[in-house]
Amino acid sequence: MARRIDVKNLDIYYGGFHAVEDVSMTVEPRTVTAFIGPSGCGKSTLLRTLNRMHEVIPGAHVKGNVQLDGTDLYGQGVDPVAVRRVVGMVFQRPNPFPSMSIFDNVASGLRLNGVKNKGVLTDAVERSLMAANLWIEVKDRLGKAGIGLSGGQQQRLCIARAIAVEPQVLLMDEPCSALDPISTLAIEDLIGELKEKYTVVIVTHNMQQAARVSDQTAFFNLAAQGKPGKLIEIGPTEKIFSNPDQQATEDYITGRFG
Amino acid sequence: MAVTDTDATERVEPEPLAAQDPSLSPVVDHGAVTTHSPVPKVVAHRAPETPADHVEREAARGVKLAKISRTGDRIFRSLATTSGLLIVLLVLFVGIFLLALALPSLQADQDSFLTSRNWTVSGNELRFGIAGLFWTTVLSAVLAMAMAVPVAVGVALCMTQYLHKRVSGPVSFVVDLLAAVPSIIFGLWGLTVLGPFLAPAAAWLISKLGWIPFFERNVDPKGSVFVASVVLAIMILPIVIAISRDVFAQTPRDHIEAALALGATRWEVIRTAVLPHGRSGVISASMLGLGRALGETIAVMIILTTPSAGSPFSPSIFAGGETFASKIANNAAEFDSPSKTGAYIAAGLVLFVVTFAVNAIARIIAERGVES
Amino acid sequence: MSASTADTPLAFRRPSGVRTIKNSLATIFVTVATLITIIPLAWVLTTVIIKGYRLLLSSTWWLESQRGITPRREGGGAYHAIVGTVEMALICAAIAVPLGVLGAIFLIEYGRGTKIARGVSFMVDILSGIPSIVAALFIYALFITIFGLGRSAIAVSCALVLLMLPVVLRSTEEMLKLVPDSLREASYALGVSKWKTIVKVVVPTAFGGIVTGVMLGLARVMGETAPLLILVSYAVGINFSPTTDTMGALPTMINAGRDQPPQMPGYERVWAAALTLIMIVMLLNVLARLIARFTTLKEK
Repeated sequence: MARRIDVKNLDIYYGGFHAVEDVSMTVEPRTVTAFIGPSGCGKSTLLRTLNRMHEVIPGAHVKGNVQLDGTDLYGQGVDPVAVRRVVGMVFQRPNPFPSMSIFDNVASGLRLNGVKNKGVLTDAVERSLMAANLWIEVKDRLGKAGIGLSGGQQQRLCIARAIAVEPQVLLMDEPCSALDPISTLAIEDLIGELKEKYTVVIVTHNMQQAARVSDQTAFFNLAAQGKPGKLIEIGPTEKIFSNPDQQATEDYITGRFG
Repeated sequence: MAVTDTDATERVEPEPLAAQDPSLSPVVDHGAVTTHSPVPKVVAHRAPETPADHVEREAARGVKLAKISRTGDRIFRSLATTSGLLIVLLVLFVGIFLLALALPSLQADQDSFLTSRNWTVSGNELRFGIAGLFWTTVLSAVLAMAMAVPVAVGVALCMTQYLHKRVSGPVSFVVDLLAAVPSIIFGLWGLTVLGPFLAPAAAWLISKLGWIPFFERNVDPKGSVFVASVVLAIMILPIVIAISRDVFAQTPRDHIEAALALGATRWEVIRTAVLPHGRSGVISASMLGLGRALGETIAVMIILTTPSAGSPFSPSIFAGGETFASKIANNAAEFDSPSKTGAYIAAGLVLFVVTFAVNAIARIIAERGVES
Repeated sequence: MSASTADTPLAFRRPSGVRTIKNSLATIFVTVATLITIIPLAWVLTTVIIKGYRLLLSSTWWLESQRGITPRREGGGAYHAIVGTVEMALICAAIAVPLGVLGAIFLIEYGRGTKIARGVSFMVDILSGIPSIVAALFIYALFITIFGLGRSAIAVSCALVLLMLPVVLRSTEEMLKLVPDSLREASYALGVSKWKTIVKVVVPTAFGGIVTGVMLGLARVMGETAPLLILVSYAVGINFSPTTDTMGALPTMINAGRDQPPQMPGYERVWAAALTLIMIVMLLNVLARLIARFTTLKEK
């Protein structure tokens, strides 16, 4: 159930402040796209517009549109809550719900959206934890608190929670930056498996990670000091990292700035 | 960051599939495709980026976005907002009602309300004034504050600068328990235990300073303003300690370390870094303690000897008296006529205004201190 | 500095005499202050325990009321007063807790930063400064003078609401602030609506602290005497109905007998009632803090 994302001439504003300028891109289904670029150039901002999470900040709005297989997520009368049931997100710091057990955490998306059948929930939890490569480690302690796990395990728990609701797209906002190298590798392997079912977009500060996991890479930068962020170049990962078209991209890849 | 969610407008069905952008070419799968509109089957020529999908039987065109019911959100939001507004109304009503009911009695008052010491409220002629009440209330509260603040500052310094964290925890607990003791018990204890205990000290003060009207002997010391002030001081200690402790704990570490690096003793560090930073916080805490002492009812009611009608006024701390609060409480059984009740409500109104003013000043001082 | 300082050993001298004396004086002052704070609590508690414990040991105390007992006679118990105190506090909580929790939810989840929220917060500050006698007078003015209802235990509970509400609201507010925004975001990202996020994620996470605030509020209102004096008459017998004009309560039981000379049996009953009240209040406080200790949100 993976979908294709089309972003068309998207401008992002926080109140009067123009944060990101005129982005257009396409993400094919069942691929991994990485957003890279220096801090503050709009990668996370853009990611959040893909599931309308930016709207939790008062005054944030967009111009242009984002389409999921043709359906405009910003269309007339489209409820952001509905969009988020279809586009899932994993955050930088693992954030399992502290008042819930492991089972309840993974099931929370389904439960809060009305699913009550115990059998359905149990199947979904098992399926998601297996898909997140966490099942073996926790299957005997599903009733224990979610926050009792290690950092890497918690992040995989959050991934399981996100995919339990069977989203079409999975957004990941620097999912490994708070984790140790071994957990990071585990999650990168997981991303490789996830892309068989989902369309994945990942924001990362780590260029090597982008090179390892993604099929397509988008490089963002500020147009100039004080200007909005821009999409400088987007293309297949191999090309971006070996033979980019833009000089700015090459400078960033080779470490001349950022 | 304020985390809010935008309100969606109405719930609407997602756009019918036929209206979608035809430039998107779907990937065709070779099973039953359930579409709702006549979409021309187009074979897409695209370099496969991913392995062939073999289980996707869903419609590949467009996503079905769920209909979200927003009633839950609307109801809950109005519940929360209504609660907030109810609270505002409640406070406004307190002021308004008290004023409304006090006015008739105030207008019928033959004496000057602010300067008279009489209190005749039964019968046809109303003669009442709050001068006596004002004096006793302010005297006992200010005395209490004068006694409590130095002690409270000392304890707060002890807890933040002297004691190890493990010891300051239990001390904090004791202070909280002190705050939990009901005021009637303080009143009872003050009258029966502390009063007699302080009698020798009172006698000594009177013998040395009794020639000053402020200290002249008047009633049995256990019913005097002196004892009441001591008990009030004990009662307001916890609040002054709690706020002072928080303020001292937030002294920037750099200031403390700068003083230490100059070879200052612990007292000198406190004098140069902690106290200056905490000054406005301590003043604010003291005023809050003052407000609490001004409004304390039962302990004062039990301890203070009510002066008999017609007895001469004495400014001494060893006299009895009544505060705004204790006068109202002492006569609680006698609110039988509206004019009489109105007089007491007028006294209550003054108390409300005074405590409000004191608390407001405390808050302003605290905020100014935070800004600087 | 002469060149020879490199050869002579460093002498770490204590600061000058005056400075050391001042430092010691400060330490003494601070210690005395702490003792002055601890001693009254110990003194009050000891006094109440010693003077009041004996009657609490018999079951009569807990099961009987004071009906038919005069100050000269022994006997009777505090059942009516305990029940009355608890009943009025619970009725108060039934109003103050929902109002306080919803008010805090408004301030933190819906109104953060808005002018309305600042106004509400300001009013809550005023409310927390209102003396109990003024709250009681307001309810008197409202219920009895204007509406013409008589005195009743419900009136007392309403006055107590004015006193419990700020406690519950402020502590709930603090707890809600402690819930990190990342949890709210995680819930929104799952496509959960705002009200469900608050009810099923935020409040359960803050629940321990909210319970603590409620218990502390209960402990406070159980000890309040002023509303009892003004709004209801003290009953010596058992009366559970909150709408009639009499009800027993521990503070008024103490107040009714406070002038007893020590020889009378009534004297000891006053202290026993005081001990009962302190025990209930302290129990609530200790429980509240234990709950707080075991459920604090741990910062990562």
